[in-house]
Amino acid sequence: MSVNQEWTPNIVAFCCNWCSYAGADLAGSGRMNYPANVKIIRIPCSCRLNPLFVLRAFQRGADGVILCGCHPGDCHYSTGNYYARRRMTMLFSMLDYLGIERGRTRVEWVSAAEGAKFAATMNDFVKTITDLGENKKLEDLRCKK
Amino acid sequence: MQRIGVFVCWCGSNIAATVDVKAVAEAAKHEPGVVFSTDYQYMCSENGQAMIREAIKEHRLTGVVICSCSPRMHEATFRKTAVSAGLNPYMVEIANIREQCSWIHKDMAEGTEKAIILARAAIAKVHLNAPLVAGTSPVTKRALVIGGGIAGIQTALDIADAGFEVDIVEKAPTIGGRMAQLDKTFPTLDCSACILTPKMVDAAQHEKINIISYAELDSLSGFVGNFTAKIRKKARFIDETKCTGCGICTEKCPSRKGLNDFNMGLNTRGAVYIPFAQAIPNVAVIDSAQCIHFRTGKCGLCEKNCSAGAIKFDQKDEILEREYGAIVVATGFKPIDASAFNEYAYSDSPDVVTSLEFERIMNAAGPTKGKLVRPSDGKHPHEIVFIQCVGSRCTEDATKGKPYCSKICCMYTAKHAMLVREKYPDVKVHVFYIDARTPGKNFDEFYRRAVEQYDVDYIKGMVGKVSVEQDHLHVQGSDLINNEQIHINADMVVLATAIEPDPTARALGTMLTASMDTNDFFTEAHPKLRPVESPTAGVFLSGVAQGPKDIPETVAQAGAAAAKVIGLLCKNELTCNPCVAHANEALCNGCSQCERVCPYGAITYEDKEVRSPEFRGIKRIAVVNGAICQGCGACTVTCPSGAMDLKGFSNSQIMAEVDAICR
Repeated sequence: MSVNQEWTPNIVAFCCNWCSYAGADLAGSGRMNYPANVKIIRIPCSCRLNPLFVLRAFQRGADGVILCGCHPGDCHYSTGNYYARRRMTMLFSMLDYLGIERGRTRVEWVSAAEGAKFAATMNDFVKTITDLGENKKLEDLRCKK
Repeated sequence: MQRIGVFVCWCGSNIAATVDVKAVAEAAKHEPGVVFSTDYQYMCSENGQAMIREAIKEHRLTGVVICSCSPRMHEATFRKTAVSAGLNPYMVEIANIREQCSWIHKDMAEGTEKAIILARAAIAKVHLNAPLVAGTSPVTKRALVIGGGIAGIQTALDIADAGFEVDIVEKAPTIGGRMAQLDKTFPTLDCSACILTPKMVDAAQHEKINIISYAELDSLSGFVGNFTAKIRKKARFIDETKCTGCGICTEKCPSRKGLNDFNMGLNTRGAVYIPFAQAIPNVAVIDSAQCIHFRTGKCGLCEKNCSAGAIKFDQKDEILEREYGAIVVATGFKPIDASAFNEYAYSDSPDVVTSLEFERIMNAAGPTKGKLVRPSDGKHPHEIVFIQCVGSRCTEDATKGKPYCSKICCMYTAKHAMLVREKYPDVKVHVFYIDARTPGKNFDEFYRRAVEQYDVDYIKGMVGKVSVEQDHLHVQGSDLINNEQIHINADMVVLATAIEPDPTARALGTMLTASMDTNDFFTEAHPKLRPVESPTAGVFLSGVAQGPKDIPETVAQAGAAAAKVIGLLCKNELTCNPCVAHANEALCNGCSQCERVCPYGAITYEDKEVRSPEFRGIKRIAVVNGAICQGCGACTVTCPSGAMDLKGFSNSQIMAEVDAICR
């Protein structure tokens, strides 16, 4: 997978359409660099993220999964990010219980105006995941071709 | 199986410089279902779109993937292209390989690899796309303008002139806003009231405009074209229909200790007052916190003296429920609190004033009747120091100031300096500035007049400290050009304080679900191409609520916002977003979980006859109203049986993207 021979993490970022996806676009138009291992999936709202999607990503070999949404109180749909926050909190407890490193999943609030925060968040997250190393516990090798 | 076409855009060199577009197009060819793949310099150009149209027809494509800029930029463009070639617009997916790839990665190999993965995810998703048909919803042909300053008044006038009803909701007892407080306006030195008050009167007399003063938005529901607002009309304890604005009550009121907000607290007013002479509506208001009657149950002098019988001590807040098709935010600004800048002794001396306070001092209707005197002792000042950028461009301490340029301060300081020198040639005027920013029509000429013709002493540098001494203010600053310390004994110091959004803006943004930046200015849908629209459909922006601007810019933006509102209200119906939730009848068991999380009340339950392998008979199942559902997807995750899904962002589509990225 990696360009260099050495291992680099694969990271899935779920971004809500209204704030964080726009924030990611702003990071782009501002040419704020972050590593290419972050790949963004656009969802309408952070509350669209089923925690099962996170598990799916880990099962398929993602090394880190991050959810970005509007700041609490700023949700385009009023309350979506509150649901997301609660659901992710539950998922975190479950992952803790399963012995999956806490750092592999993260929730961050990034507004449409926070391009710099988006880039900084991704840089930091990639660093955390790189330090944690490969996701071996949840990856299902049968899913690999 | 879909027949998918992949179109990779170079975007000139924007994408092609760091992504090998040919390699992306080549890699896409090997993905399942891809029957056509190509690259082109500008896919969004007429030629590019023609290429897409031809390919759809020639290769009988059922799905299209465009690898280009953000879908926020050109998704609508390419959907239209698909429609013109006979394809359902929702069979188009965009892989964002510009903002989220080529612009952030410098390495060609890395960029290309990521672009291929993003294309692969979009291809995987489009395999599962289904044609969607958008429904329609009606439009309430009335607009709500929040804020009755020059931005709100101008927007309302322009909308009303096009024949639509407009309500202006103003939180203060009168419309007029900040502009009503100004003395003169740059760069023409027009009298502010003289150009504003006729507009206020026009708004008041317009048959299509309804001014709801002393009122605030309490709650809002609905969506573009169909908003329902609850407006709290605060009790002013005066019957608006009876009050003639004679002002006798304001003279008779014995409680005189209320700070006069209109004069920035520089003088006092009675508990019952009319904000200023040209107030609209010209109706008094009682400050219940100050009024003796409300505190002790006695007094009632105003009531006794009101020949119209307009005083209503028992008046209560009233909630009006109104329906609107569009909302304009024109909440304006306030100057920041200068007391955070204690190095300038604002809290220590009444002779240190903010620019808006200075504006009231210079105004003929102000606390000093326009006579320039020191607030401390009423004496004529001989030397005045203006300090610019107080709280603007303040990057070191976010709690103290604002990181942005407030845009208007350079010009109003030049105006103040000029007006002082014009009226009182004996007064020496110094201006400390970081940069003199004058980028407007006739602005630099105006500034140069202040320097050259009126001999205002502009000093490039900042003031370190203002100390209060016996009968003067000692100003210590630096002159960066001559590289020397400057000491001035001034009689007055005027602080060009930064402006910030009105404190009500944040709560309003939450209510409207309109996004805001970190400084609480409302965000526009696109910073260049959609500057007067909020990303939330049906919410428009006018004036300083969106960002610092002067009066001509505000009026221009107000007109632009009005044009957008008129464009919306002209329509009899709007196309709904077809990416809405729907329940799989075979799986739904009517548990009501989805109904509880739906922020719009779009889900109801019906007893339906279901014939599926697992269940035959009548059962209670969820039904989503597609015109009300906004497509957030909260219900899809909460559904325990997995019956709820979101069109366009279905469980299988998102998981296909995950799989493609992790492959």
